[in-house]
Amino acid sequence: MEMTGAQLLVRLLEAQGVDTIAGIPGGAALPLYDALASAGTIRHVLARHEQGAGFIAQGMARASGKPGVCLASSGPGATNLVTAIADAKLDSIPLVCITGQVPLSMIGTDAFQEVDTYGLSIPVTKHNYLVRRAEDLPQVVSDAFRIAQSGRPGPVWVDIPKDVQTQRVAAPTVSACVPDQTPEVREEAVLGAAEMINRAERPVLYLGGGVIASGASHLATTLAEQAGLPTTMTLMALGAMPVDHPLSIGMLGMHGARYTNYVLQEADLLICVGARFDDRAIGKAAQFCPEAKIIHIDIDASEIDKIKTAHIGIQGDVTAVLERLLPHVQVQLRKKWLSRVNSLRSSHPLQMPGLDDPRSHYGLVSAVAACLDDEAIITTDVGQHQMWVAQAYPFRRPRQWLTSGGLGTMGFGLPAAIGAALAEPGRKVVCFSGDGSLQMNIQEMATAADEGVDVKIILMNNQSLGLVHQQQDMFYGKRIFAADYKRPTDFIRIAQGFGLDAVDLDRSAHPRASLAEALASKGPTLIHCSIDVNQKVFPMVPPGAANIEMIGG
Amino acid sequence: MNELNVVPDAASEKKAVLELAVRNHPGVMTHVCGLFARRAFNVEGILCMPVGDGAESRIWLLVHDDARLAQMTLQVEKLEDVLNVRRHGADHAVFERLEAFFH
Repeated sequence: MEMTGAQLLVRLLEAQGVDTIAGIPGGAALPLYDALASAGTIRHVLARHEQGAGFIAQGMARASGKPGVCLASSGPGATNLVTAIADAKLDSIPLVCITGQVPLSMIGTDAFQEVDTYGLSIPVTKHNYLVRRAEDLPQVVSDAFRIAQSGRPGPVWVDIPKDVQTQRVAAPTVSACVPDQTPEVREEAVLGAAEMINRAERPVLYLGGGVIASGASHLATTLAEQAGLPTTMTLMALGAMPVDHPLSIGMLGMHGARYTNYVLQEADLLICVGARFDDRAIGKAAQFCPEAKIIHIDIDASEIDKIKTAHIGIQGDVTAVLERLLPHVQVQLRKKWLSRVNSLRSSHPLQMPGLDDPRSHYGLVSAVAACLDDEAIITTDVGQHQMWVAQAYPFRRPRQWLTSGGLGTMGFGLPAAIGAALAEPGRKVVCFSGDGSLQMNIQEMATAADEGVDVKIILMNNQSLGLVHQQQDMFYGKRIFAADYKRPTDFIRIAQGFGLDAVDLDRSAHPRASLAEALASKGPTLIHCSIDVNQKVFPMVPPGAANIEMIGG
Repeated sequence: MNELNVVPDAASEKKAVLELAVRNHPGVMTHVCGLFARRAFNVEGILCMPVGDGAESRIWLLVHDDARLAQMTLQVEKLEDVLNVRRHGADHAVFERLEAFFH
């Protein structure tokens, strides 16, 4: 049987188990869209901007752990995707991004809507392809899904010229790809690490997003319990260990609690699992954990010794390494060290003023949490609200928390929430956002309304780019410039205009009740609340300073 | 800032030669060169020829042997189309013999 390249692509996506893709059509992608329409097997979610489509795919991938797929046309369709793909690269999210391209014969002629998608995508992807023959599609698509999921996950971009989409090929047999084997774990390194853990007096476990990606949260928690390890998490790892676990010392770094950074300062051993010593997490690298030896476990060999030299580096999948490590780790109560940790915790806890007021920053986060159970998914945009949620929301399970960590992309939250709701239709999805961030992909409200997803946007509106305002206030002589918006935006009317329900807590006589009612209803809703622009995220480590040089909190 | 950002005197700098076995298709050179360029790591010399039936190529790179080279090598090894990387001393014949063409 013969078919077109586009029809073949749809079959290949089906074989990979893809049931939903997000995208926007355009001239160079029309054969693909025609094939999708004819097949009728894959749900297509029409975004309003390609960046939205990229983040919807990311939301699906982050919530499910399986590769998300997004689709766009050539030229501006491809360039609009770049930010969402770069975001997936920095947070190691498995994604397959497919774009149409001008016909092969027109490549390099500055044809209408032609851009060098292959060249553009190199630095923001794990790997990329320009498909030159329809018969190459089975191998390329299989490899793309394999690469996206194998080892350290990441985005793969497949660019397909229009004439390759229409080229006729014989239908091959298609099957799902098999992810690469994980690296062999070196036994002597595991034994050495166990011995270091057993001998340490003041060890700290430092978990990163790799723990979530590997599905190793329970193993990491077991390790902590077995060896009596106080455990800190990066922004990407929140939820790996329940935040109210007695051994959890919360998030470290620039906006971590004082006690967390003080505990790390005293550590004599740091066990880094699936984390990469990012500057927002460790502050000034040379002064991070000055007394600690380091065990670094990561699937990506290039992360080991990149920022901090490891005394023992173990390349491997976190699950595989922890399974090998656990039998050699002694059970320890570590009373002395844990009592020191608890004393630091009680003398330098996270300060959350206004926790009882549901119309204040911490109070709103806490009031939302009180309305939800652990099954809900929380997404955020980027800025002050993101840090307040990271600090105050009680995360208790992996993949409960979806946020843009490495790239820090404003505009992430709403489309990622839509994607999460598509992947996990049984779960309520709450997107915390700020007025700055929300306006960067506000058009995706229309997509949320189209799809009827159960997404609740909590808009913390301070009529400002809050974290910029905060830094100008603190570090630039209070010269607030280009941070505050001149006039208020009527987000309630905007949301209603897009077809969302909208609730304004500012005007509510009973804000807690209004909030609970809005969260309990089904379907997309905007919940608006004004926040004082002078509220800050504390503590704060000034950029470039050591983690113990915190301001406030 | 740290000493790695100080541009050293090129002539006195220690060098190394990297030998890469890669899949031969358009785009491989961009992947390799782009990796060095976006880390501001200078490549002094570059050679590339197909080997065998043309399915693979060999790329020779003459690079500075500074503290970042180990990290660079690990990053090169991560590229999907790079099959393996071997490191040689700067005295490797491949660039020395070529010098005749540059004088």
